Formats: sequence, C-alpha cells, structure tokens
Amino acid sequence: MPEVMDVIMAVKPVLGAFLCLVGAGLAIIGTVGVLRFPDFYTRLHAASITDTGAATLTLVGMALLAPTWLIVFKLAAIWLFLFLTGPTGSHALANAAHTAGLQPVIGRQRDGAGADDEGGA
Amino acid sequence: MGYLLGLIVVLGALWLGLSGIYEPLLLTLSVISIAISILLAARLETVDREGVPYARTPQLFAYWAWLLVEIFKANWPVIKACVRADLDINPALVKVKTRCESDFAKTIFANSITLTPGTVTVEVEGDKLLVHALFEEEATPDSFAEMDERSARAADGRKSSKGEVTA
Repeated sequence: MPEVMDVIMAVKPVLGAFLCLVGAGLAIIGTVGVLRFPDFYTRLHAASITDTGAATLTLVGMALLAPTWLIVFKLAAIWLFLFLTGPTGSHALANAAHTAGLQPVIGRQRDGAGADDEGGA
Repeated sequence: MGYLLGLIVVLGALWLGLSGIYEPLLLTLSVISIAISILLAARLETVDREGVPYARTPQLFAYWAWLLVEIFKANWPVIKACVRADLDINPALVKVKTRCESDFAKTIFANSITLTPGTVTVEVEGDKLLVHALFEEEATPDSFAEMDERSARAADGRKSSKGEVTA
C-alpha cells in the first residue's frame, strides 16, 4: 500500500501540471474562436469553451498541485460558483443583445479560402 | 424551519472550509457573520424551497455529474470550429419547448443549455425557450429532450408524464 501512495504522489504533480497546460490551451482556443467568429452570438459560444472546459481542467490541475485539502475545498467552491454564475452572465448578455434588437447571423457561414487565412499556422 | 437549518449548515461548512483558522475569536466572528447573512436572507424572503434547495442535493449533484459529461462532449465540436482553417458554422435560432414547471427547474434547464458550449438560451417565455445554436443540425428538439427531462426530475422530483397537466 505505501508503494501505491508513492506512485500516486509522484504522478500527481505531473498530471496536475499537464491538466493546467491543457486548460490554458483550451482558453487560447476559445480566444481564437472569439476573434474569428462572425457576430456577437457566435462569439458567445466560443467564450463558453473558456468558461467550462478550460476552467474545469485548470481547476482540477490546480487541485492536484494543491498542498492541503483546504485549498482543494476552495478550488471546488470556485468551480461551483463559476458554473452557477457563468451561464447567468452569458444569458444576461445574450438576452440584452436580443432585447436591444441585435439580429444574429443565421445560416451556413463559410469562408472557403483557408489558404489566405492570415492566422493559418 | 428546515430551510433555515439547511442554510445555517451550508454557510457554516463553507465558512469552516474557507477559513482554515479555528481560533475562538474567528469562530465567534463566523457565528456573527452567518447570523447577519441569515438575517439578510430572511429579510429578502429567499429562505424557501427555491432559495435553499439543499433537500434535493443528491439529485442535483447526480444531474450535475451527467451534465458535466454532456458539457465535455459538446466542447469538442466548438473547439474544432474554432481552430479549423476554414470557418464552417451554421448558426440558428431555435425554439425549445420545456416540460419544466417550477421556475427553479426552468432556471436549471436554461442554465444547462447556456453552460453547454454551442448553445445559449436567449430568452425564456412561459414554457418556451429561445436558443441560439452554433450548429443548426445539432440543435434539434430531440437533442434537448433528455436534458429537459433530467433537469425537471432533478429539480421537482416528479415523473415527466405529469408535465402535461398544466400548460
């Protein structure tokens, strides 16, 4: 049993750092989406990646790196409140835009010229 | 009375978890701050079934676990749409009918839709939700049916067949 604990303690920081890195990557992807999408409503969808996936992975990674359970509890509380308030904020934004009369872009959006994308890697 | 007790327990647990320093002075301060919070909540008249939904904690957490999996599944197409070289999305506004009755259940359902990447609740009117979706083909009424039923069950604890009773 002590050996198992040793393995877990050795793997934990590596896994935590990896999850933090993946979360940061997702946040960047969400930002790219916010910049690329055509209108307000579609940009909101890209931002929700940062809200959900990136935030969860980063917080789980930080929980694995945390030295005490007290910090894990705080991270869990942050996560809980983020998941309760995040959609409320998104909905308030979307609802305000809709009420103000902003018309969403509807229908298939294509810019078939991937070659001339200035951001293309 | 049960709601008040639930609120006190949850606030106390939150305070103990966030503080981490268990000295007489700070514990006294915690009791005072919890008392003030309860007083404010009581004055706002939010100490009721919807303001203090802790009696349904197991069901709500079970629903949350299911929702988490859905969120991660829904993240994938949006991530792909963000990073692919050619912009290829099909945004649409769709109306979704819900069988949730109480405001609490409707809030959970609408928030779940917003939380899931690729769909945002724009407006709630009666039992109809206006949803903006990034891909029209993924926002069919069927795709929301399971989430609707699960949130109704988690919040109200009734079988969905009763949902037809009131319009």
